[in-house]
Amino acid sequence: MASTGSTGNGQAVGATASLAVELRGVRKHFGHIEAVRGVDVSVAPGEIVAILGPNGAGKTTTIDMILGLSAPTAGQVSVFGMRPRNAIAHGLVSAVMQTGGLLKDLTVGETVQYTASLFAQSEPAGEVLARAGIAQIADRRVGKCSGGEQQRLRFAMALVSDPELLVLDEPTTGMDVEGRRSFWSAIRKDAAKGRTVLFATHYLEEADVYADRIILLRHGEKVADGTSSQIKAMAAGRTVRATLAGATEAGLRVIPGADSVEVRGDTVLIHSGDSDAVARYLLTQTDAKDLEIIARGIEDAFLALTGDDPGPGPASTGAS
Amino acid sequence: MSTTPVPDLSGRRAPPLGGFNATALRLEVRRTLRNRRTVIITMIAPVFLFLILGLNTGDEHVVYGHGNYAAFVMVSLMLYGAVFATSNAGAAVSVERTQGWSRQLRLTPLSSGAYIGMKVVSALVLALGPVVILTVVGLATHRASMPGYLWIVSPLCVWVASPLFAVFGLFVGYLLPPENVIQLLGLILTLLAFAGGLFVPLSLLPGGVQAVAKWTPEFGLNQLVHAPLLGQGVDWTWIVNVIAWLAIFAGGAMWRFGKDTARV
Repeated sequence: MASTGSTGNGQAVGATASLAVELRGVRKHFGHIEAVRGVDVSVAPGEIVAILGPNGAGKTTTIDMILGLSAPTAGQVSVFGMRPRNAIAHGLVSAVMQTGGLLKDLTVGETVQYTASLFAQSEPAGEVLARAGIAQIADRRVGKCSGGEQQRLRFAMALVSDPELLVLDEPTTGMDVEGRRSFWSAIRKDAAKGRTVLFATHYLEEADVYADRIILLRHGEKVADGTSSQIKAMAAGRTVRATLAGATEAGLRVIPGADSVEVRGDTVLIHSGDSDAVARYLLTQTDAKDLEIIARGIEDAFLALTGDDPGPGPASTGAS
Repeated sequence: MSTTPVPDLSGRRAPPLGGFNATALRLEVRRTLRNRRTVIITMIAPVFLFLILGLNTGDEHVVYGHGNYAAFVMVSLMLYGAVFATSNAGAAVSVERTQGWSRQLRLTPLSSGAYIGMKVVSALVLALGPVVILTVVGLATHRASMPGYLWIVSPLCVWVASPLFAVFGLFVGYLLPPENVIQLLGLILTLLAFAGGLFVPLSLLPGGVQAVAKWTPEFGLNQLVHAPLLGQGVDWTWIVNVIAWLAIFAGGAMWRFGKDTARV
């Protein structure tokens, strides 16, 4: 992009092209509503990155801007150093949408042929159908395909142009567990060849297991960006679990660093931002045994980082 | 990831002609012809009107330029049929929009101009039906008379002129949801056909209506396709009329194609 404010010459383009996706200070307003408020994102080639967030966090708006379907109100979006629309025209980007995007009166095979024909370079339609596991229904009208078959077809359409960047918007919604697993194993196999994958999801487990990196959005802002273990750590706090006969909740609350406590018979659970201090206290000042320190799951991290409470903290994980 | 080299993008090209290609064109034509009901109606409607308006008048001896009244009516109804066919083919985009296909196409290199070009060509294939069948019916019923070359030239003029309404249909299809498009399109086409002088000569309409009618999009086309039969030359305002409306409809359709990215 010549207008990124840097030198604006060929050198600068080469520099930005080393990123598959780059968002700088991106904002998007719809009337008075600010859907995205100043987001910076960099995705390197070959990365698998999840955009995770609750509904209304700005995931879809962000993806639409990366795909050139809408323009940011402010800031810069570039894909392989080009404007998104230009990257699409060069066949660098494909997307798998959650719903729609298919003509019911075309057959499965015709749909892939049609899509392939629009690109300067594409793979043979038959091969792509086989890889997506829908070669045997190539002659079936799209309107007569099941939801899972239609999703495989969308996947085939996205791969037929052999894109450098694959964007998936809530790709496995409505799939059963087995469908989701085989979908992701296909994506991973594919990404191993160096394809960049960016996906939006509200399945925390999916982001945790399949992404190299997670970008967490809340209210249109990026609240976390890192590997899933970094995100879990950012959400602050671990749970210390121990066996301690005769403990009371009131007695445990005096432990330095204890944020919330729970007693279940002889088992005590202490949530803390400083688990080391809690463990030290338990082992030195009490008869606690069988001590375990448990990191919070991605789900807790997600709730802590995206909840409506003012800031990340253990408030949302108090004893139930 | 430091382990992955920066991909070599030098071999990546944009497709020629904005993505316009024979495979997609063939599939578009096949889709258009798969809609049997539209194919049949576009052929039956003008023939039916011709049998009523063109044959039962007793006016077939009245001279209209190089031919007679029935020939004049036949050319009018050919235009009506071709316009009906092309605008319907264009307006089918309304259904594509609700299925999210327009949005999907925005994720490919296909340009708005190439897309509209493919739609126009498939609309032209649909328009062949009414033009050819009305020529055959005209010949078979022996009431319409004009010199032999006009049996080729007049239908060809109608066919070549009809894409204006493919683009009109596209624009309307982008503006309206599919449940309204069919009814409204029928109403608009009937009004435009009257204003264009397809059913009744404009001279029979009140002066104020005539003045307005000359600015409507079917007027210029109707005058032009009758020019070979009437043999009285071509008025430049007819051409201006057609070009101006073509620019408006094509500009509108391209504008909507670019904007139409709604999720479904």
